[in-house]
Amino acid sequence: MSHRRIQKEDHYTFDRSTIDYIQRAAATGLYEIRGLGAKRKVAHFDDLVFLAGSITRYPLEGYREKCATKTVLGTRYAKKPIELDIPITIAGMSFGSLSANVKEALGRAATECGTSTTTGDGGMTPEERQSSKTLVYQCLPSRYGFNPDDVRKANAIEVVIGQGAKPGGGGMLLGQKVNKRVAGMRTLPEGVDQRSACRHPDWTGPDDLTIKIKELREITDWEVPIYAKVGATRTFHDVKLCVHAGADVVVVDGMQGGTAATQTVFIEHIGIPTLAAVRLAVDALEDMNMKGKVQLIVSGGIRTGADAAKALAMGADAVSVGQGILFALGCNNETYLQRGEHHSAVADYETLGTAPGYCHHCHTGLCPVGITTQDEVLEQRLTPETGAKHVKNYLKTMNMELTTIARACGKSDVHHLEREDLVALTVEAAAMARVPLAGTRWIPGHSG
Amino acid sequence: MERIDLAKTPLRDLNQFLHHEVRKKKIKQVEIINPDGAHSIAVGVDAPVKIDVRGHTGYYCAGMNKQAEITVHGNAGPGVAENMMSGVVHVKGFASVSAGASGHGGTLIIDGDASLRCGISMKGIDIVVGGNVGNFSAFMAQAGTLVVCGDAGDHLGDSLYEAVIYLRGKVKSFGADAREEPMTKADEKKLAELLDRAGLKYKPKEFKRIASAKTLYNWNADADQEY
Repeated sequence: MSHRRIQKEDHYTFDRSTIDYIQRAAATGLYEIRGLGAKRKVAHFDDLVFLAGSITRYPLEGYREKCATKTVLGTRYAKKPIELDIPITIAGMSFGSLSANVKEALGRAATECGTSTTTGDGGMTPEERQSSKTLVYQCLPSRYGFNPDDVRKANAIEVVIGQGAKPGGGGMLLGQKVNKRVAGMRTLPEGVDQRSACRHPDWTGPDDLTIKIKELREITDWEVPIYAKVGATRTFHDVKLCVHAGADVVVVDGMQGGTAATQTVFIEHIGIPTLAAVRLAVDALEDMNMKGKVQLIVSGGIRTGADAAKALAMGADAVSVGQGILFALGCNNETYLQRGEHHSAVADYETLGTAPGYCHHCHTGLCPVGITTQDEVLEQRLTPETGAKHVKNYLKTMNMELTTIARACGKSDVHHLEREDLVALTVEAAAMARVPLAGTRWIPGHSG
Repeated sequence: MERIDLAKTPLRDLNQFLHHEVRKKKIKQVEIINPDGAHSIAVGVDAPVKIDVRGHTGYYCAGMNKQAEITVHGNAGPGVAENMMSGVVHVKGFASVSAGASGHGGTLIIDGDASLRCGISMKGIDIVVGGNVGNFSAFMAQAGTLVVCGDAGDHLGDSLYEAVIYLRGKVKSFGADAREEPMTKADEKKLAELLDRAGLKYKPKEFKRIASAKTLYNWNADADQEY
């Protein structure tokens, strides 16, 4: 019997996903829009490891000795800086992209963990304000739902200049997610795509931003901190300009940061990795002698307590988590919990043309587990109570991991973690983070 | 009437006075002298008070205004009455860029010209401009009315949603999705009321209606059609 050999030679330039992309483009004439963040492999915090205590450093007992996590943000000008129990905050995600149940769950979990949550585009919901002890109110280019009453209710205001998933790009909430309530908050008809502009309507450039920040301070009687958030691109200069413009806190969001709906080409090809951005941001603060005076929050692919520890060691004051929170809520789970019973969501993933573990269809509003939806039936798949419990557990776990690492490095305060505690596993990470390659003294581009 | 001299009073004290003392003491009228182009004059006011600013203002005068009736007896800098919720802001002179940006309600009257992006992202505010408006006016305007008694620049009404523009003069070009539509009786009634509010004597019949063609309202992300 003859055997016919099937040739299966991989093509690295036109691999299967590239062929799929080309054929999809050819069939539809449209670029893909999707949710979540960059999927490509980039240098990240996984490429760093800690040098814990041994003989040269003295570790703290992991389960016994105290390790402080208190975090204060907005000490530069605000009369009432933000005081958090942990340095892990919840990133801005809009009501509209997320259901009202989820927004309430985030507020509850954040309050129970002593941290802050953030509004996102589309305004502040009463449920969110009520459930959140510390709520950061975003001032975005769209200004959807932005109003002075909510400005005065906020504990901090975040002027969003860009987002890691799409720096330089606006947003899009597709019409299928725009129900009566979302439409009302955004002053647009139901079912219409809501484009979020890429530029603010009333200021352009750093000098204008200085005046805008001052206006917000005047409106709030200089009481609450003003954050400025940038997507990571020319981070060194952007952070300097935010500091120059008078921000109390700068938020830097790397390219792994998530989105509810953005073009894939944007998500994967614009912006720099969080690891590179955090170092540039800290460089900028140090260059201006503003480290410790202006606080730095880092976001974009923060998943674990180890990621948080590494960001803090690199010089961040806090981290912000978005997609990790969605996964904690059950994003991409095979089942959802309703009335005490697990129900399969697999068929609903299939309807979207995907499967659990691969879904990024936040933009459709048909989230099989009830997170990124405004559908009356689907949103019942996640109650605020269940969501809050899972997010609380996740944040608690991350914080325990963070303090475990800090203690191992001999720190009684997580904010004492430092760059000297880190080495890199790859040349790329060593170059970006500017810490030595493990087992060497070599920092590419800086030593040797 | 209270008179505040910005040459002697810090801006922060002025705004805090307008936020707290005006409400507490139920002050009905405030006059601000020597504004000297300062930014953020009378921002975040939320009280039924009449405020007269005697001179030119910088950025964001009357920003986020609620209830107050604020008159600028001069020219206004960028973002006058930005994000206004209610009340009236009247600029007796010219207005710079982004006048009435993202305004949710109330009325903004500009006797002279308004520069670029007048009414950008407006969300329910009514804006009446006695003169001309610059390029990209009513860009992504969601709701409300922009009345232009003079001419308009390029890209008027680009990416309009539900806001309506009434233009008396010429337009250099329309923006994406903006188009001229026939004036209805309801348009004429609304326009007459706005012109009256602004103290202008033009006839509604002299104006054109510009609104969204709504072709950009929905982007088909999941289309699987062949071409």
